Amino acid sequence: MSGSRDQTAYSGLMRPNRRELTATALALLGLGGLAPLAPASAQTSERIVVAGGVITEVIYALGLQGRVVGVDSTSQFPADALKDKANIGYVRALSAEGVLSLKPTLVMLIDGAGPPDAVSLLNESGVKLARISDGLTPDGVVTKIAAIGAAIGAAAPAERLAAQTRARFDELAALRSGITKKRRVLFVLSLQNGRALVGGRNSSADGIIALAGGINVADAIEGYKPMTDEAIAAAAPEMVLMMRNSSAHNTTPEELFAMPSFSQTPAANGRRLVHMDGLYLLGFGPRTPMAARDLMAAIYPEAAIPALKTAAAP
Amino acid sequence: MTSTALTTLIAGRRRVGLLAVIGLSLACLLLAIVAIGQGAISIPPGRVAEILMARLTGDTTLLEGRDVLVVLNIRLPRVLLGLLVGAGLAVSGALMQGLFRNPLADPGLVGASSGAALAAAATIVLGDRFLAGTMMKLPFAALPMGAFCGGLVATLALYLIATRGGRTSVATMLLAGVALGALASALTGLLAFISDDRQLRDLTFWSLGSLGGASWTKLSAVAPIILPMLLLMPLLARGLNGLMLGEAEAYHLGIPVQRIKALAILFVALAVGASVASAGLVGFVGIVVPHLIRLSVGPDHRLLLPLSALGGAMLLVGADIVARLIVAPAELPIGIVTATIGAPFFLWLLLRRSSVLDV
Repeated sequence: MSGSRDQTAYSGLMRPNRRELTATALALLGLGGLAPLAPASAQTSERIVVAGGVITEVIYALGLQGRVVGVDSTSQFPADALKDKANIGYVRALSAEGVLSLKPTLVMLIDGAGPPDAVSLLNESGVKLARISDGLTPDGVVTKIAAIGAAIGAAAPAERLAAQTRARFDELAALRSGITKKRRVLFVLSLQNGRALVGGRNSSADGIIALAGGINVADAIEGYKPMTDEAIAAAAPEMVLMMRNSSAHNTTPEELFAMPSFSQTPAANGRRLVHMDGLYLLGFGPRTPMAARDLMAAIYPEAAIPALKTAAAP
Repeated sequence: MTSTALTTLIAGRRRVGLLAVIGLSLACLLLAIVAIGQGAISIPPGRVAEILMARLTGDTTLLEGRDVLVVLNIRLPRVLLGLLVGAGLAVSGALMQGLFRNPLADPGLVGASSGAALAAAATIVLGDRFLAGTMMKLPFAALPMGAFCGGLVATLALYLIATRGGRTSVATMLLAGVALGALASALTGLLAFISDDRQLRDLTFWSLGSLGGASWTKLSAVAPIILPMLLLMPLLARGLNGLMLGEAEAYHLGIPVQRIKALAILFVALAVGASVASAGLVGFVGIVVPHLIRLSVGPDHRLLLPLSALGGAMLLVGADIVARLIVAPAELPIGIVTATIGAPFFLWLLLRRSSVLDV
């Protein structure tokens, strides 16, 4: 079945390895010729436009991408979404006419999709809108998956995915409870001119660090903000987490730990800098338990954190 | 003597200017028609004309379907808003350059845009916290109203600072404008600092400007402010021409200098406030369009003002066509387009002329 084919491809993509991801995406493109045979696309004449990367991710995980005609620019996983579907632009800068030009029967909007003017024009046009709330907790992710499924009339499979995700979160929680001494982690979003923009309280980075059983040392800061050099030194992170750059150069441990703010930290002693795929890490969708598990394994390498058993299931 | 030289110069250019007004009006109309016909949704020109005619004649039988919504509720208000905002910004620029007798003056100098930007940033960042109750009632009105009031308050403050004993010093206003602008952008920066990711992105996109989200409601708020300004601006033309000779000279020619200054500043504050409130910060139009016009037809404000209005309207509507077509179904912020189209054209025009600063 095409549904299971997509599911398998999806699982294959879960490891945050960009080369593999590209290869899989290319393979999927090659299979694109079979798309007309896919029941998911044949069953319905629904034309869905999605604004919100995590919604796209869930719809692909459910194998219902055949119904999607347009996605926003944050829909970067799986990579085919932006290749195969029309790009309606950034989720917070949508154009009403642009969205309507895709003749949608359903427009799905994540929290914060906008601007409000464009949303109200869409509403006036009579097109069906589904608003999905975002959440940075296991409950939030599970609710989100179920809500997306309900909105596209695939409640049962979405409930299964939600339950599976819940089970993975539970398994993750069990792993987390085995951690006796929590490590201190600093998420660095960017290093512009040597100034570190870090992930503070209520940021998605904060959420994933907590899920991975780490302590966010920047939790005195709200959201993503610059942190002073002294504060970084004083926060004494034992590990620095950064996003992996798609093409360009990644900050090397040598560069990072040569910076005065980082040179005296415990992380510098162990040269502990970890890069992870940004969407995988911060997306808060069905892949999040695996991302948190991978982060946990990176924070506690000596604990030999096992893979999630449920992650291998179809 | 200087005044007769000026009169001769003006008389010589009048015929060219009249032709330019007619030509540019036609071009502007044509562009507006193209803009109503073009968009992410392709609607045949015949159907667009049919919808517009049906709307004009009140024939409701033809007004069915999504095409109608797109033409009447999305594109038409958007094009009209573009015309108004473009004309308002360009005329504001021309008024400021005339008033300050400085080709570098732009509408931002009287504080209207920095004040509006500060107020808009405050609405975006603090609105959730402090306006929760009222925002729910007026969710779409809080930002434009805040921006408009912010622009007016800033301009009023500048005017009061620069006015002593019933006389406004434009030099003081210019310098105080720089200071207030710096203060406003520092405070905007502070708001950006305390904002969360969502608010920061809203701020960024707002500051790049967009005609997206134009609606009849928005238009009905903006038109009563910009239209009267466009209709009344010819009253200032003679006065501004006189001011080119210098303030004292203009005064001795019998020009009511103080009244001209006050009116020009009022016009600019209203027009820029309304533009910024409805379309965000759209740079470039206000400073460059009057230059383009002056380079082409000379400094007579009787031509400069109406031609700037037409030029600004065309630049904005043209830029908007590009903004919503080039990456459709997504949309570029219009400030990016006005500058990338306008700046090279302007540079080319400057390079073609040898006496660049002789404006």
